[in-house]
Amino acid sequence: MRTNMIGRVSAFALTAALGMAGISSALAQGKDPTIEAIEKYREMLQDGNPAELMVAKGEELWKQKRGPKNASLEACDIGLGAGVVDGAYARLPRYFADTNEVMDFESRLVHCMVTLQGYKREDVIKKPFSGGGQKATDLEVLTAYAVDASRGVTIAVPQSHQKEIASFKRGEKMFYFRGGPYDFSCATCHAVDGQRIRLQDLPNLTQEGPARRAFATWPAYRVSQGAVRTMQWRLNDCFRQQRFPVLKYGSQASIDLITFLGVNANGGKMDSPAIKR
Amino acid sequence: MINRTTFIAVSCASLLAGCAGLVSVSDKEVVDTLKASFSERGIAKLDRLDQSELQKACSEYARSDLPKPLREKLEKAALAAVKYPADGKYLGDWKKGEKVAQGGRGLQFTDKPGAANGGNCYACHQLDKKELSYGNIGPSLWNYGKLRGNSEPIMKYTWAKVWNAHAFNACSQMPRFGDASILTQSQLKDVMALLLDPASPVNK
Repeated sequence: MRTNMIGRVSAFALTAALGMAGISSALAQGKDPTIEAIEKYREMLQDGNPAELMVAKGEELWKQKRGPKNASLEACDIGLGAGVVDGAYARLPRYFADTNEVMDFESRLVHCMVTLQGYKREDVIKKPFSGGGQKATDLEVLTAYAVDASRGVTIAVPQSHQKEIASFKRGEKMFYFRGGPYDFSCATCHAVDGQRIRLQDLPNLTQEGPARRAFATWPAYRVSQGAVRTMQWRLNDCFRQQRFPVLKYGSQASIDLITFLGVNANGGKMDSPAIKR
Repeated sequence: MINRTTFIAVSCASLLAGCAGLVSVSDKEVVDTLKASFSERGIAKLDRLDQSELQKACSEYARSDLPKPLREKLEKAALAAVKYPADGKYLGDWKKGEKVAQGGRGLQFTDKPGAANGGNCYACHQLDKKELSYGNIGPSLWNYGKLRGNSEPIMKYTWAKVWNAHAFNACSQMPRFGDASILTQSQLKDVMALLLDPASPVNK
């Protein structure tokens, strides 16, 4: 897929340009802008995934010497040994002996940027997610690159170390933890088949099939936001709607919930970055 | 039995593997981990992670039925705390109620305090049939008043249900719109009218 990157990126750029031209002409003809936006949206969903641009940027950034230590991330060990990116994302979160912690991909990425490149942790995680219309953050493009290198790989989140088991068990309890002014838990929306909020389908993450699809398709390019959104973002934004305080990037609770979802998804095949509404 | 326990303990100690049954996580550890994992922003403070007795019970029994005495205790306490309208009038303006039912803002860490909250009824319920974008976590409320009428007992029950749904179903998924001060008394009356006023599109 990556060998064919340049061709596909150009095709996408062309499609986007045509799409914009279409909107200008629609406005000139007085077409309903909502209908036009939906048409544009459908077109984008069909004609390629803009996340491919982020994957290409992420690969470049991964290999670039940066930071106070002027080092690339090529020596980063994300679970399969230093320098191995292919297939690693599908086996995370997992226990790392050097930190004595269970880490998800994004936490491990931050760890490598701090230890290998010499960045300060608080600077790296200060603004992990891009805002509307802003360019993707370093964490977003690096994550897009790493997850793309696991496309088609079977999800195998380990449960062998005691800390991995404890992370799953905490994540499971957190999934059912009701709190806040609305009394919501993750399970309020994600523990029953066939439910929706408005017209949005809600996956039952306690079931193998929907759990596999959810884990396999994050990170994703969100067309409605024009951005690549990572698994950490997905959780953060769920908790916003749950009326909880702000989930810290790379926090233990985030890792525990990703472990819970990942183990439920074991056996599925990664298909990310995906493209979503 | 003793031999088998010893065997499991040995294999766990030596391999750190295959001991899922021996790793236990306490509720306190979960709460402490959550508190360390969130930060306050705007109106969303960390005390939102302090569970009420009801939230705690409904988390613990999320995958099984509440023991009957606990369920009855929670429902009774919820019903006893319902505040009915001081002026005895239950029905406001269904048109305003429709706006409350459509609006979803409020109480998120991105929301500013002060502005009116929405009830977001359509997120989970069908109401006016003209609105096609409705969720299905709760039952359809189409023809709610037409099917039930708007006698005093029906109005009183409906008010209590919207005020605190736990009064009738201890671990209901529905927010406590009155009890948790999500909606004001006047907004609640408007929603009541949307459900019960014969002129409301819900009852056409």
